[in-house]
Amino acid sequence: MNPMNYVILATVLFSVGATAVLLRRNAIIAFMGIELMLNASNLLLVTFARVNGAIAGQVDAFAVLVVAAAEVVVGLAIIIALSRSRQNISLDEPSEMKG
Amino acid sequence: MREEVMFWTLGPVMVLASLTLLFARKAVHVAMGVVVVMIGLAVIYVAQDAPFLGVVQIVVYTGAVMMLFLFVLMLVGVDQRESLRETIRGQRVISILAAGGLAALLIGFLGKVVIDPAHVGGLTQANAAGNPQAIAGVMFGSFVLVMEALGVLLTIAAVGAIVLTFVPRMSPTLNQRTRSDARIQGGLDPVNKPMPGVYARHNALDTPALDPLGNPLEASISRVLRARKQELEVPGLPQAPEIEPPAFDGNEREGGTP
Repeated sequence: MNPMNYVILATVLFSVGATAVLLRRNAIIAFMGIELMLNASNLLLVTFARVNGAIAGQVDAFAVLVVAAAEVVVGLAIIIALSRSRQNISLDEPSEMKG
Repeated sequence: MREEVMFWTLGPVMVLASLTLLFARKAVHVAMGVVVVMIGLAVIYVAQDAPFLGVVQIVVYTGAVMMLFLFVLMLVGVDQRESLRETIRGQRVISILAAGGLAALLIGFLGKVVIDPAHVGGLTQANAAGNPQAIAGVMFGSFVLVMEALGVLLTIAAVGAIVLTFVPRMSPTLNQRTRSDARIQGGLDPVNKPMPGVYARHNALDTPALDPLGNPLEASISRVLRARKQELEVPGLPQAPEIEPPAFDGNEREGGTP
């Protein structure tokens, strides 16, 4: 099967994730959009590892997985701290970090 | 052929499930949709000569990360309403345009790439000794330093999460002793209320307890039972005071109280 199908699928998933990050106000849902984008890029890495016959692509995908896990832990901790301080996890509310 | 069938069944399912990110109201439904996408990705990994990554995908993503999401949803409150008020004017239109533009750009650009299926390398040679072995060979061969950096990163993330969610204790711990002391200080009854049914002929919740002289004890019957006039009549016990039941509004419990 032509590996381009996987590339297109990864692109669609990435776009959906990006749209979710842009559109949704709920911090957790936006965060899941980021996860979807990371997974789409992982799918690309695995696909091209197969196309090129190089196992290094899968190692890269594994590294992305680890970084994503670390990012989830910190991000969810921030969301919990946010909800503790203002009982709300809308992304519109916090404006302290405004430049 | 088998791969085509796999792809064309899984692909639409995954895209549909990912659309919950945009259209589902409740965050729990979104999480379930993302779980479906993750499992589909795991199957695709296995089909693409990456069984190790497929298993890791299920264990780490569906098993750990998404469950972590659900736990945080539980902590934050499942019925967090999403405000539909726009703080930036026209943000929705702009972001739909931007996302659509991104999708068009990516698909338009990547669609021009041609991969000759005849020249797809495949990983049968690299996976000759087994896929985890091959990955381990590269990971602990050429990328040892990267691996160690990733380990340090994970440790830092765990410590960071603990620091971020740590709430220092502002008041001393309440234990049984301090509670009892506080009760006596406040002049309240230092011991438990008499249990219903004690020393009475019945051992039921609606039977008042009797004191050593045989008189019924008013405090031993639940206030709710008395208000509903469901306690057993005992001669000598004063009648329950009339309590106006609170007006029940049918919509009150509709959305659940946070």
